[in-house]
Amino acid sequence: MDAEWKKEVGDLIRVRTCGWSPPGDHPVGCGMFIYTDKDGNFVKVEGDPDHPISQGRLCPRCLAMGEFLNSPDRIKYPMKRARADRGKDTWERITWDEALDILEREVKKIWEEYGPETIYLFQGTGREATLYAPPMAQACFKTPNCSFSMSGGSCYGPRTVVADFLLGAGYPELDYAAYFPDRYDDPRYEVPKYIILWGKSPLQSNPDGFYGHAIIDLMKRGSKLIVIDPRLTWLASRAAFHIQLRPGTDAAVGLAMLNVVLTEDLYDHEFCENWVFGVEELAERVADKTPEWAEDITWVPAEVIRGAARAFATNAPSSIMWGLAIDTQQNGAQAGQSLLALAAICGYMDVPGGITLSLPSSFMGRWRFETAQYVDPETMAKRIDAKEDHPAYACGPFAHPDEVLTVMETEEPYAFHMAYFYATNPISPTVYAEPERWYNALMKMDFNAAQDCFMTPTIMGLCDLVLPVSGFAEHDGVVLPHFGRNTHFLGAMNAAIDPGEAKSDIEIDMIVGKRLNPEAWPWETAEEFFNAQIRTQYDWDFNDLRDMGVFQQNFEYRKYEKGMLRPDSEPGFNTPTGMIEVCSSIYDDFGEDELPYFMEPAMSPYSTPDVAEEYPLVLTTGGRDFVSFHSEHRQIPSLRNVTPDPLVTINPATARALGINAGDYVCIENPLGKCVERARISNEVPERVVHATHGWWYPEEEGEAPNLFGTWKSNVNKLIPMYKVGKLGYGAPYKNVLCKIYKVDGYEAGNSNPAEYEPPASRGPESMTKGAPAPLSYEVKHQGE
Amino acid sequence: MKTHALVIDYKYCTGCHSCELACRQEKQIASQDEWGIKLAEFGPEKLAGEWYWNYVAVPSSLCDLCESRLAEGKKPACVHHCLAKCMEAVPLAEVPTRLAELGDGVAVFMP
Ligand code: SF4
Ligand code: SF4
Ligand code: SF4
Repeated sequence: MDAEWKKEVGDLIRVRTCGWSPPGDHPVGCGMFIYTDKDGNFVKVEGDPDHPISQGRLCPRCLAMGEFLNSPDRIKYPMKRARADRGKDTWERITWDEALDILEREVKKIWEEYGPETIYLFQGTGREATLYAPPMAQACFKTPNCSFSMSGGSCYGPRTVVADFLLGAGYPELDYAAYFPDRYDDPRYEVPKYIILWGKSPLQSNPDGFYGHAIIDLMKRGSKLIVIDPRLTWLASRAAFHIQLRPGTDAAVGLAMLNVVLTEDLYDHEFCENWVFGVEELAERVADKTPEWAEDITWVPAEVIRGAARAFATNAPSSIMWGLAIDTQQNGAQAGQSLLALAAICGYMDVPGGITLSLPSSFMGRWRFETAQYVDPETMAKRIDAKEDHPAYACGPFAHPDEVLTVMETEEPYAFHMAYFYATNPISPTVYAEPERWYNALMKMDFNAAQDCFMTPTIMGLCDLVLPVSGFAEHDGVVLPHFGRNTHFLGAMNAAIDPGEAKSDIEIDMIVGKRLNPEAWPWETAEEFFNAQIRTQYDWDFNDLRDMGVFQQNFEYRKYEKGMLRPDSEPGFNTPTGMIEVCSSIYDDFGEDELPYFMEPAMSPYSTPDVAEEYPLVLTTGGRDFVSFHSEHRQIPSLRNVTPDPLVTINPATARALGINAGDYVCIENPLGKCVERARISNEVPERVVHATHGWWYPEEEGEAPNLFGTWKSNVNKLIPMYKVGKLGYGAPYKNVLCKIYKVDGYEAGNSNPAEYEPPASRGPESMTKGAPAPLSYEVKHQGE
Repeated sequence: MKTHALVIDYKYCTGCHSCELACRQEKQIASQDEWGIKLAEFGPEKLAGEWYWNYVAVPSSLCDLCESRLAEGKKPACVHHCLAKCMEAVPLAEVPTRLAELGDGVAVFMP
């Protein structure tokens, strides 16, 4: 890389940086040069060809950076609004001092009158906020109540927890030579023969810092694909095997693949003997879970499952990527367990071209959890974390969103009084299931505040104070792919543009922290903070990182042989047995089956046949787009121009039968709610499944309540139930419910007003909303079993 | 007279839209109704029993093949940023050789 991170090029100034967000997506850290004129105005952005991962490439979100920076809709300074005016556009500009005064006053009042645990912090996903939001809760507000608040924490958390429990390691990631400066040419590296993409669409999502188009790099080098996805994605159309399963039946696919590998004796005996615990028990469990058994459940022809399992097991090395779809189902922990078991018994863990492992947490990824020390132990004991129903969840770092909503509504065992929205727009269809319930519960708070870069429906509807957040081009930072859980490099983020009054997340943490809990915030500048974080492992500083641009960390294969995965430096994995546990030694303590099993989704053609009569289609949601990040980027003209509308994808035969044409407005409805999207007719989905995009709101529409930028019209999360989670407390059916679809005149037909929302006592299968916190019975099994 | 052609190995084109956005910035195309390059899509359809799904980025009359960038020895903006690395500006004389190397699923444009 160029030795100078900042230099003059002709009339322009060029600053090298690594991207994260806002605006952008996950911690991918693509290398780029931001050019400004001598007055500091943005001129252009260009990819840095010397960056080892992105190699000059940039995706549309970063290429539209100029439109983000200069957007007239940006929140540019702190603003306040009277509590009585929630929903009205009566925001008033204030100074940072006044904003901090208000926040300090409100927080201290709540501490004194009700206790710190009555403050809730909602964390967004993917952005830098992932690292800096929990510390705001724990080390500023001193509350243990904080979470990313999808039902069942259905994003990343389930996968990392299953990996913690069974693998004792950080996030298991496809080996794409990301640790090596010479990448695919490094002599230690091997190209994976098959890559299973399981519930994952990495090209669009760049998940958790994985460089999505590395899949294309690998396809060019010979990797073949096995795609497990209800959608025929573009990658699936090129796959050697496409396991086009019914949404939510991943565990059945996993069990059947294990059946093939174990009964046909295709597994790695040597690795299993030394490093895998419970293979015999697993073999017994899957003995009758044949591909034919799975065909009835999953709608996938048995020979496709069998062929894929054989190809995967007999072509070493091969690899697996697991995606969000593993998290967004009640049965997800079991799907994840069978997937890890498959990779483990084939001997693909931590070998070249297999799955890379690492220590669970490092740098800011660890610090964020360590800030829990600033929560008083008595207060910590009051965390709403579902400890009775889901003790496994309560071992984790976060409050339990489903129980939290119930507590907010019932005010038992205590009432919440304040909510803080940290880089999240949860009432738009991104996070909350049953978003109107949440909205009404949050209206009750004495005080709500947010930090973000745009006026969102959540802020307009609910907040009394908002703090402006700078984009990554406007601040210094460190990019940490996988949030420290399998971090191939540290990337320097260098401010190129004057942020005005906006500040980065860590800067806001620090100034708020200095008011409320100075002992936790000894650093004067962001740079000092980053120095301290880097020095937990290295003897250099943030300024050195600026010069390096990217620091690729050292990597060793087969760390389990070398004592590099356990704190006691013994060989093996950091689990109670020291081995990969395909049969868990601890699940029994949590009341969970130690072996993977299949369970029908809460609302499905088989678990609720009566509901299916009126709502015959399986609804899956959340497939991503190249030009947005969840609910972000709707106000960026060039990006919105590519995808102007929310789209429901319908198979041509289904559309024909229902008289729906491309572009028609289509109402998607089930017993929980309805919304409207526009028809995209495509073979991407099979006849019995529709896919609806998420994250839609209309920044160009009226912002004041009840419209709130149209956020209730295309809100597909109104069809998703709360509190239908797995036994471990994780996973919820965001991608597998039922619906019907029909043509309507426009988006208005999907609209609703939370003020008129009444959760009926019971609707859908059992009570989909008001029922006891105990989740749907775990006994619901498929008829075929 | 152009010295290069735009060669797109479209079997790898993922439809990511980076070329469109890169061109919009480079050529400072302000109107959202105008494009220097735009994706066309075919599929997914079953053709003779196999799924067929391809995108091809088609340059428009606003495309000058990034003449000024080529003159500076740089790649065109779309080529530079293409996520699938499936675009190239190839000197005209070398086009046939390059096509032979790339195999099936390739388009050549002289915009
Ligand atoms: S993946 Fe895309 S949005 Fe994220 S940093 Fe890279 S170019 Fe930017
Ligand atoms: S070569 Fe240049 S002008 Fe032509 S499409 Fe690409 S970026 Fe646009
Ligand atoms: S940038 Fe490349 S991969 Fe992306 S749409 Fe254009 S040609 Fe296709």
